[in-house]
Amino acid sequence: MFEVRVHGRGGQGVVTAAEMLSVAAFLEGRHAQAFPSFGSERTGAPVVAFCRIADREIRLREPVTAPDCLIVQDPTLFRVVDVFAGLKPDGFLIVNSNKSFEELHLGELVRRLPAGHAMVVPAGDIAKRHVGRPLPNAALLGAFAALTELVRFDSVRHAIEETFPGRIGAANVAAAEEAHVHVVAAETAAGVTSHAATL
Amino acid sequence: MADTIDVAATDETSQKLRYYQKGTFTVGNRLVDAAARTVQASEERSNALTSGHRACQGCGEALGARYALDTAMRATGGRLIAVNATGCLEVFTTPYPETSWQLPWMHSLFGNAAAVATGVAAALRVKGKSDVRVIAQGGDGGTTDIGFQCLSGMFERNDDVLYICYDNEGYMNTGVQRSSATPPAARTATTPAVGEEPGNVFGTGKFVPRIAVAHRIPYVATATVADLHDLERKVTKAMAIRGARYLQIDVPCPLGWGAASHDTIRLARLAVETGFYPIFEAEHGRVTGVRKIRDPRPVADYLRPQKRFAHLFRAGHEDPRVARLQAMCDANIEEYGLVDDETTG
Amino acid sequence: MLKQIEGSKAMAEGIAACRPQVICAYPITPQTHIVEGLGELVKDGHLQGCEYINVESEFAALSVAIGASAAGVRAYTATASQGLLFMMEAVYNAAGLGLPIVMTLGNRAIGAPINIWNDHSDAMSVRDAGWLQLFAETNQEAVDLHIQAFRIAEELSMPVMVNVDGFILTHAVERVDIPSQADVDAYLPPFEPMQVLDPDEPASIGAMVGPEAFMEVKFLAHYKQTQALRLITKNAGEFRARFGRDSGGLIRSYRTQDAETIVIAMGSVCGTIKDTIDEMREEGFPIGLVTIVSYRPFPSAALRNALAGAKDVVVVEKAISVGMGGPLAIDVDEALRNLPHAPQLHSVVAGLGGRPILKASLHRIFREAVVQPWEGTQFLDLNVRVVGREIHRSAKTRRSGPTAEALLRHLAAEERDGTEKGRH
Repeated sequence: MFEVRVHGRGGQGVVTAAEMLSVAAFLEGRHAQAFPSFGSERTGAPVVAFCRIADREIRLREPVTAPDCLIVQDPTLFRVVDVFAGLKPDGFLIVNSNKSFEELHLGELVRRLPAGHAMVVPAGDIAKRHVGRPLPNAALLGAFAALTELVRFDSVRHAIEETFPGRIGAANVAAAEEAHVHVVAAETAAGVTSHAATL
Repeated sequence: MADTIDVAATDETSQKLRYYQKGTFTVGNRLVDAAARTVQASEERSNALTSGHRACQGCGEALGARYALDTAMRATGGRLIAVNATGCLEVFTTPYPETSWQLPWMHSLFGNAAAVATGVAAALRVKGKSDVRVIAQGGDGGTTDIGFQCLSGMFERNDDVLYICYDNEGYMNTGVQRSSATPPAARTATTPAVGEEPGNVFGTGKFVPRIAVAHRIPYVATATVADLHDLERKVTKAMAIRGARYLQIDVPCPLGWGAASHDTIRLARLAVETGFYPIFEAEHGRVTGVRKIRDPRPVADYLRPQKRFAHLFRAGHEDPRVARLQAMCDANIEEYGLVDDETTG
Repeated sequence: MLKQIEGSKAMAEGIAACRPQVICAYPITPQTHIVEGLGELVKDGHLQGCEYINVESEFAALSVAIGASAAGVRAYTATASQGLLFMMEAVYNAAGLGLPIVMTLGNRAIGAPINIWNDHSDAMSVRDAGWLQLFAETNQEAVDLHIQAFRIAEELSMPVMVNVDGFILTHAVERVDIPSQADVDAYLPPFEPMQVLDPDEPASIGAMVGPEAFMEVKFLAHYKQTQALRLITKNAGEFRARFGRDSGGLIRSYRTQDAETIVIAMGSVCGTIKDTIDEMREEGFPIGLVTIVSYRPFPSAALRNALAGAKDVVVVEKAISVGMGGPLAIDVDEALRNLPHAPQLHSVVAGLGGRPILKASLHRIFREAVVQPWEGTQFLDLNVRVVGREIHRSAKTRRSGPTAEALLRHLAAEERDGTEKGRH
């Protein structure tokens, strides 16, 4: 089983991110479970959502305490929430930012993860260009597909199109595609070979 | 010389009635065309509320319900379902294992008659049986107090229900307690006639017909068991309309009011003639007609025969609140235009 | 058709396939998505022949359903927590009148203190009313139970409450097989009422019944629930035949064959418990689970059969009868009392107000039940430190202020101090 935890703020589409990821996994014939952790719902408040992916029925219902992958949609959360709690030693990390990990003061943490498991992606900027608003979730899923290879990009594309109708869906797919390309390029440049995540 | 009144101003088949004698209100049905006679006058009436029920002698509510439902049955060709709130009417008509209802009838709870009726109406629509109509009914307690939320909801949605409130101004079935329809100064078990302000206090109370008018529903009317023609006309008119409708009928309660059981009609008439109970109609938020007061009477005439107001007349003195009640009546008369300047002796 | 879908939406589609004719909608977290989903299906024409009514309160919601059901149509509504309490009078009324209304309960804690998260206190508050109460373990079962519920309700002429854990199920997106309209139509025949308001055959419904007959009326309601035990099993069997999967029924056993310790629970927590059991089994622990699906009628006989061989029974539940203990534990105790070698009963109250039930904590408590059993009710993962602090603080002065707020302050202080939370 592969467990993902998505952190962000209300209004950034954190819950939708987890749901779309679960749809992508479903489209590949896998079992997937996505659910939010509810705090008071208001724009700007910290929000957490979870997604589990497995090849058999997922029966567990507790929050994800030891994620295999962390997706951080809003880097301002680092000071507010213990985002990294429980991240597995060989886990993956994707952070929405146009800064580097060093600039985000995460250099040491990232060095403890296996090479090529951590990536900063300017997802908000990418989204702004394609969708017109800095909603990073679709782009981050494109990055996720590239980084973990747990789901194919094509599945992510279908999941986005199922969730968002017409033009908006297309724009989000374009954002996801750009983020996907970004990650692949960064990995190639870093000389990282394929490290497809397993369930 | 006889006085004349119109039975129904809008009814083309109406004729002017002639009274036997001036100064009385006795109208002989023999003098009226068959078409203009009341439903009650007909042997073909449905007796939707039939005999054998356990109401007190002189119960105004039993009278009002019989009048209203028989009229509604005729208006709908017998295609009618009634939903009843908990209260006197429900209790005295269905003493286990008997029922005195000859139409489909349901009792659910105290405060939900309007909502249950909404459900029945919806079911009939879904089944394509919109010829079958729905009446919700209850006393003032079940309507103006505990039933108010469901009533307002039904009004707001404009559900196809006629709600009839039999207003005897108190929770009578449980032993005469005060409701928001209890008039000021009236004695009830929870507004006893003791202390500095004996009886129900001024500055409280709720007149639901006005609130119903404010909801802008298709039809609102008040009526009285003292005017059978008027009551039947209003029920007939209401049944010809689709949507939320409200009818509040003044029904004296001999037991609760401390009145003689033979005085029910007389008291109901006095309530009208003093301006204590305004009789009017309204459609979509506007008053469209009033029942004029033929012979205005001072409010004391209405209050004296009722023991619930006895503390206002102790030892030959008239309590100053009688004057306040008179002012209330005068205000009603003015607000609704109940007295024409031409109407004099 | 297999879909990756939010639980509420799946339920809405399943309920729509049951062809309800009157739906009453009043919003309350966490069931709102269900009635919203149904509203859309009605408005866009997917669900035809249905009146969707926006009512002004939960009391109105169930009252409208009562009227509709009495007038002979299939009626549905949904609520949770505070809303259920607000319609309480109508809940008893519907059962007493024998109206086959189906209602979803999105299980949520009852306040004060106000809490929107999941537990079973709302279901427990009406367990004596005469409704059938079924609990869904997964969103698949949530969909399936509604379909079974309409059929059981109408065969029996009793209302049925389908319990689905708020947020955990209602807001989870997972794989659900949405039944086809054809299959549901074949399984669920049109509604034929036992009683109906009909001008062609007038009857009075809802009369007063005095001391001379009330005992008998209540006995018949109780007897009906006994009949329901058989009906529920029969319907689950027919469901399996038609839809090809196990859903519903009275109870479900998981790895209880040679189990010495058997856990009993209801609803979604059973999934987490199954994972725990598998892990413990790998360590050689003879442990199993009995999931109770039908809480009312309470499946005493089935439970006795399932638990007869166990040495220890651990009841894990998301409710507390304040002043007494866990209501499910009490009911289980009653069922097992007269067994010749009755197992030891251990009562665990967990997950109140949405507190996550962690697999690690279950591992711990299941072992503890056997080696270090406790008396009475065990509150899982209780923050003993904070509780102790509050007991001490409030004893010092009369006007000690609201308890809930004080506890939150203690918690905040603890987090600030970085003190390790004292877990029991």
